[in-house]
Amino acid sequence: MAVGLDSGKKIGGVVLGLEGITLSFGGVQALQDVSFDVREHEVRAIIGPNGAGKSSMLNVMNGFYQPQQGVIRFRGREHCWMRPHAAAAMGIARTFQNIALFKGMTVLDNIMVGRNLKMRCNFLLQALRLGPAMREEIEHRRAAEEIIDFLEIQHIRRTPVGRLPYGLQKRVELARALAMEPAVLLLDEPMAGMNLEEKQDMCRFVLEVNDHYGTTVVLIEHDMGVVMDISDRVVVLDYGRKISDGTPDEVRSDQAVIDAYLGVAH
Amino acid sequence: MSERSLDTFPRLLLQHAAVRPEHPAIREKDLGIWQSWTWSQVAVEVRALAGGLAELGFRRGDSLAIIGDNRPRLYWAMTAAQILGGIPVPMYQDAVAQELEYVLQDAGIRFAIAEDQEQVDKLIECRERSPGLEHIFYDDPRGLRHYSQAFLRSIDAVQELGRGRSAKQPDFIDSEIEQGKAGDVAIMLYTSGTTGKPKGVCITHSALINAARGGCGFDRLTADDEILSYLPMAWVGDNLFSYAQSLLAGFTVNCPESGETVMTDMREIGPTYYFAPPRVFENLLTQVMIRIEDAGAIKRGMFHYFMGVARRCGAEILAGKRVAAGERLLYALGNVLVYGPLRNVLGMSRVRVAYTAGAAIGPDLFRFYRSIGINLKQLYGSTETCAYVCLQKDGQIKLDTVGIPAPGVEVRIADSGEVLVKSAAMFKEYYKRPDATAETIDAEGYFHTGDAGFFDQDGQLKIIDRAKDVGKMANGALYAPNYIENKLKFFPHIREAVAFGHGRGMVCAFVNIDIGAVGNWAERRNIPYSGYTDLAQKPEVYALVRECVEKANAELALDPALCDSQVHRFLILHKELDPDDDELTRTRKVRRGFIAEKYGVLVDALYSGKTSQFIETQVKFEDGRSGKVSADLRIEDAKTYPPATARKAA
Repeated sequence: MAVGLDSGKKIGGVVLGLEGITLSFGGVQALQDVSFDVREHEVRAIIGPNGAGKSSMLNVMNGFYQPQQGVIRFRGREHCWMRPHAAAAMGIARTFQNIALFKGMTVLDNIMVGRNLKMRCNFLLQALRLGPAMREEIEHRRAAEEIIDFLEIQHIRRTPVGRLPYGLQKRVELARALAMEPAVLLLDEPMAGMNLEEKQDMCRFVLEVNDHYGTTVVLIEHDMGVVMDISDRVVVLDYGRKISDGTPDEVRSDQAVIDAYLGVAH
Repeated sequence: MSERSLDTFPRLLLQHAAVRPEHPAIREKDLGIWQSWTWSQVAVEVRALAGGLAELGFRRGDSLAIIGDNRPRLYWAMTAAQILGGIPVPMYQDAVAQELEYVLQDAGIRFAIAEDQEQVDKLIECRERSPGLEHIFYDDPRGLRHYSQAFLRSIDAVQELGRGRSAKQPDFIDSEIEQGKAGDVAIMLYTSGTTGKPKGVCITHSALINAARGGCGFDRLTADDEILSYLPMAWVGDNLFSYAQSLLAGFTVNCPESGETVMTDMREIGPTYYFAPPRVFENLLTQVMIRIEDAGAIKRGMFHYFMGVARRCGAEILAGKRVAAGERLLYALGNVLVYGPLRNVLGMSRVRVAYTAGAAIGPDLFRFYRSIGINLKQLYGSTETCAYVCLQKDGQIKLDTVGIPAPGVEVRIADSGEVLVKSAAMFKEYYKRPDATAETIDAEGYFHTGDAGFFDQDGQLKIIDRAKDVGKMANGALYAPNYIENKLKFFPHIREAVAFGHGRGMVCAFVNIDIGAVGNWAERRNIPYSGYTDLAQKPEVYALVRECVEKANAELALDPALCDSQVHRFLILHKELDPDDDELTRTRKVRRGFIAEKYGVLVDALYSGKTSQFIETQVKFEDGRSGKVSADLRIEDAKTYPPATARKAA
């Protein structure tokens, strides 16, 4: 994959830190004492075999799940848990493994939903399309159009999402997340179920988002080629525990990781 | 300004800026909104760009490469270069780096304008081997933030330089325009090169303006017309319709948002003047038919009923012929219920004049558009003749001719059957190729088109094939491969066809199925497939194609001159023919000789009576990498028909 976009990138300090996160559902331990951090402007991948706790980790990060133990540090502030709407307001956006878009709405409307948090006018002003609401609408529409242009989805602007092929729906979901202008973008398997060409497009978009908007990206991905190509650092989970953490090269040569992926007698 | 002084494009621009300063000259859809520039604004932009080019050392006689989709700034760059006495050289935006490199070297190009990162990357690659390319300018900065090369500048930056220059030297641009002459070369277009290396066709201001003036008069085009520019800027037609005619008549050019949004943009703009090659009309029709088949029973029934009415009388009504009152009434009802909405969906509600050219159009296809009330016509021309030789006149439309010679054009048929043309809208020469120029323009000034054709009894020209492709079969019968291929391509399920038969005892053919149409057909019948190669080899698909081939044979059998050209055996290729693999020209004409050589084994298999043949082929992907496609191809026989004896006897 020809990627040469990160030439001007500067990775900053820790923006999101997770310490001793433990999460269980009844008797099932989903995450056990997992700690790692995410630095500003980096692309951070979370990998691991099925059931390793990757999606749970993402859900803890944006407040879908509340961990029993552990601390989440976001931009210097400590939280025992996040609430989804609070996480969103603080600048954490995400996409889902199983696309969660409004299928009956157009691409544009779905993206405008992502701007919702940024809108200041009250419901009445918006419903009556009064001056300030119109000005705000125009401003947000422009932001939405810039994202449409950025992700090259002009041709489906007015198409209901339900009529789009899977690969494009994934792109629309990314667009909606971007519309929040997030500081941290959580992507849950953005390339799952895609063909090679779609994967390459998606990689390009993720890297461009990272480069152009300076967005910090945390992503879960199964395709090792993709992960090793686009990530700055990788954390590996297995059975709810962190087994490795480091640059793609370090992780690739880590015996614990090889064992987890190829399987050894437990 | 008098008519006489409007003899170059920069002068035409100044005139519009003076006469209709507030009239929209060009539009582009950006961030979902149509942005317009008036003629006076365009003049300002073009002046700034010309000034910037001059500041960077662009001199009279220099060439400016232009590569990208139809964008206002790229059109402005053409005029800017012309102001400075330079020659714009538009190039096909999907050309790979080597193709660009050839043109850059052949034309000795020092300056290039690219649309975006994709094109800039190609030009930078070229520059490594052709350091003659000194400056690269770009329109869209996306993705170029980290490019730090000194030779790379944005068009905005160039215009800034130009504004600085005109502050110091306010008369500079006007004096440059003053120096321009009608006989100067206005543009250089590289031919698609069906044979040999591409040649640069030099076209003067006067030739292109003559062609534009003739066309505008013929179809009464005015400043109030609208055109959507979506065809490659490197193609002569776009230069004539979107550039020359717009600058002559002052009408508005609309640039679509992207290649994929053309249909939507077309609906929004509602052009009054429209041009498309037959394949675009074909794709549109295929899409319509697919959607109709997916529609509910009532809609479908209504569509088919009224299309039947339109087939019977639509074309006649459009041509102003007498039609029975009952039929007229039904057609009027159909117009409200079906044709009107359909024209609206196609974005053709306001189309007053639509043209097609570049290849033969299927009679059914042609009739379909005319029957729903779209004034679709054919024209005939080439790069060398500024796409201006024959035009169909309103009310005198025939399916199989290209119309009468256009005003000011003299057409003669040589003894060999070749079409010869003489007019004031003729290219000056092939760049640095006096030998090639002498070969095609004879002592009397006639241009040898290389097409074989004849005039029918109404004085309309009929083109049958390329003169050099017309051959003889083993038994001496006339063999016109293009004619056979077109007959096959007129079927919506067949995308490309390549016929063989010169010097042989029978005609055989390669076929490319249309993945959209056949794919949909297969889905409807629950035939699973993984991709083109798989679908192409399904027995059901072979049966489908055989049916098409046999229908074509039945038609060929009716023509006494061509009844020996019936297709006896055929196969469906395992990959789509592609310009990237040199199998098609950039204008999508099949390169028959190259294909015959590349797929020699398959040709031999067709003629040796085999029922299948294994083949492995190298393919180039769009990103420049290559891979292999292999398959075991089935070869099938098609039924042929005895010559129509009744007609023969008559």
